[in-house]
Amino acid sequence: MASKTKSPPAAAIPHGLTREQLLEMYRLVRLTRSLEEKLENLFRQSKVVGGLFRSLGQEGESVASAYALRRRTDGTGDMLSPLIRNLGSMITVGATPAEVVRQYMAKGDSPARGKELNIHFTDYQRGFIGQISPLGDLVPVMAGVTLTFKQRGQDRVGMVYIGDGATSTGAFHEGINFAAVQRCPLVVIVENNQWAYTTPTRLQTAAKSFVDKAPGYGVAAEKVDGNDMLAVYGAAKRAVDRARAGEGVTLIEVMTYRRKGHAQHDNQSYVDPAEIDRWAASNDPIDRFIVTLKENEWASADELRAIDERIDAELDATIAEAETSPLPEPEEALTDVYADGPVRAPWTRHTPADPTQA
Amino acid sequence: MSTVVNEKPEAVRMSEQGKPVTLLEAIREGIWEEMERDERVFLMGEDIGAYGGAFKVTEGMQQYFGAPRVIDTPISEIGFTGAAAGAAHMGMRPVIEMQFIDFISCAYDMITNYVATSRYRGSGPQPIVIRGPSGGYVRGGPFHSQNPEAAFFHTPGLKIVYPSTARDAKGLIKAAIRDDDPVLFFEHKWLYRRPQLREVLPAEDYIVPIGKARTHREGKDLTIVTYAAMVHKSEEAAEILEKEDGLSVEIIDLRTLLPLDEDAILESVKKTNRLLVVHEDTRTGGIAGEIAMRVNEKAFEWLDAPILRVTALDAPIPYSPPLEDYFLPQTEDIVKAARHLANY
Ligand SMILES: Cc1ncc(C[n+]2csc(CCOP(=O)(O)OP(=O)(O)O)c2C)c(N)n1
Repeated sequence: MASKTKSPPAAAIPHGLTREQLLEMYRLVRLTRSLEEKLENLFRQSKVVGGLFRSLGQEGESVASAYALRRRTDGTGDMLSPLIRNLGSMITVGATPAEVVRQYMAKGDSPARGKELNIHFTDYQRGFIGQISPLGDLVPVMAGVTLTFKQRGQDRVGMVYIGDGATSTGAFHEGINFAAVQRCPLVVIVENNQWAYTTPTRLQTAAKSFVDKAPGYGVAAEKVDGNDMLAVYGAAKRAVDRARAGEGVTLIEVMTYRRKGHAQHDNQSYVDPAEIDRWAASNDPIDRFIVTLKENEWASADELRAIDERIDAELDATIAEAETSPLPEPEEALTDVYADGPVRAPWTRHTPADPTQA
Repeated sequence: MSTVVNEKPEAVRMSEQGKPVTLLEAIREGIWEEMERDERVFLMGEDIGAYGGAFKVTEGMQQYFGAPRVIDTPISEIGFTGAAAGAAHMGMRPVIEMQFIDFISCAYDMITNYVATSRYRGSGPQPIVIRGPSGGYVRGGPFHSQNPEAAFFHTPGLKIVYPSTARDAKGLIKAAIRDDDPVLFFEHKWLYRRPQLREVLPAEDYIVPIGKARTHREGKDLTIVTYAAMVHKSEEAAEILEKEDGLSVEIIDLRTLLPLDEDAILESVKKTNRLLVVHEDTRTGGIAGEIAMRVNEKAFEWLDAPILRVTALDAPIPYSPPLEDYFLPQTEDIVKAARHLANY
């Protein structure tokens, strides 16, 4: 911090970003990776209920794309719907590590109160809608969300994430087509991480590139290096601006790589390990961002280290606290099926009275 | 095309060698044998090729039979179900995998509107098997634990099979592949690798006919009609009831839900005079309702007590352990309902 006044003028920061914003992006991406690492530890200790999905190597594009949204906490900002590997996007629009850890641990005070898993949760105030497992479904849903923005004359924008694999679903086609026809203010981020579980992209689509599909739907498109956070931010910002200006849907193909298995149980036997190593060694989004920040003197090593240390301490406290949270009460299973009170358990279950006694 | 090895791998020769197999291995053997027997049989699904499927049911098949017969599809349930329908029109016998059966709903239109009505509309038979892992007890949450049978039970033209033992699983998957109608074949993932279900299967070719229930346990005091994972929960309950209450419980494993083996149900009810229907699927509109109504229509005079059912609750299936445990039928629920029936 001491050299701040004397340093030579730093290179101009692109896309109208400020130094503070760059540091915030760094904090978000670092937090995403550290949180996933901690979740992996919890998984190994059998404290995660169900599966765990890493976004290792993709954190940069998640954070940078969501960072282009107008983020508010009062329900007036833009909205996004993530995919399973978009922890970074969720964190960026304000989901907290405490919520995420509790979700994975199936706690009673998790946002979904134990009914749903991982990052499948919603908060309209902060602007995110939880996905469901059936792939593609959130594309038409976000078409509807953004249709409403348009109908109400709000200058709000929606962003929906879809994997290279999930672009093969009928829901994706119907959703993007609908949004295109209605000129919805929607940004569709196609994350081309080159794998869908074990299936390589060439078995998912015969198109050379996902941006090639855009003209077929009549939407704008851009392809971007997904591990270059500033490039992703730039592309997302342009698409968001277009949407806000009433110019409709943009498809952004984000080129990245899934460095871990589909989920923890997947040992990636079908992947050439050298390929993973190459991405890890020379194309890690955080490493690249750090180099950019330092080379341009937008941040110092000390500043970054201070951020890292704060994150670690905060996460340890968050997890310790989450571990003490209770699991939900069984009867929670009966709530929220309908608006007007819980459904009834049949008398053969857990209730002492039976109909012959009534 | 990948190289075709002629030697069958060890993993699918267990029964030939008199070794016990799991329910999952039994299904793999069954599909394997049918593919060897009939070259019209081919497989499609997500990640089923080199990787052998999310649960490894199709492990080794692409290497052995070649990529044209074991096709890795895009994530497109409507697409590959429709493609299966088209191939079936051309005389093929496709077996398609839903990576989790929950995603069968994506293909609901294709299955119910197209496939199920094809023969009736004069477009010919649809000898397709649609198979996949189903069921709960694994903390899979709302989209990896479903039992969607009731959604299809109401669709004439479909057959629905849901085995509970390794022997039946093999015999039924073979029967399903040979069947000239579309068969939905549900595989309970909680049963896939249960060591207790390992059994030595006949070395020779056998099928288990579709549409025939099986008496899983003989008894005289009350009948439990059930299927899939609930056969085993009911068995646990029957043992408790025998030990603690001296009750003799008969368990009928339906094996096939559509068409329903009404005769087997009625015969057992006429013998024991008491009926408990147990299923893992949710209650309202579930298959238990249909079974109870048929017994009401045809065996009312034989009943000494109202028909009861134990089912999941009428909610989506939750994720957290206490919720899932509460939501799904447990052995003690069956014991409690059976006691009530016996004492009625
Ligand atoms: C409709 C549907 N079919 C199958 C699945 C099972 N499934 C879950 S994730 C996945 C692969 C997804 O790949 P992609 O869309 O590329 O996303 P990535 O995991 O690479 O981020 C599959 C096949 C599903 N969730 N939904």
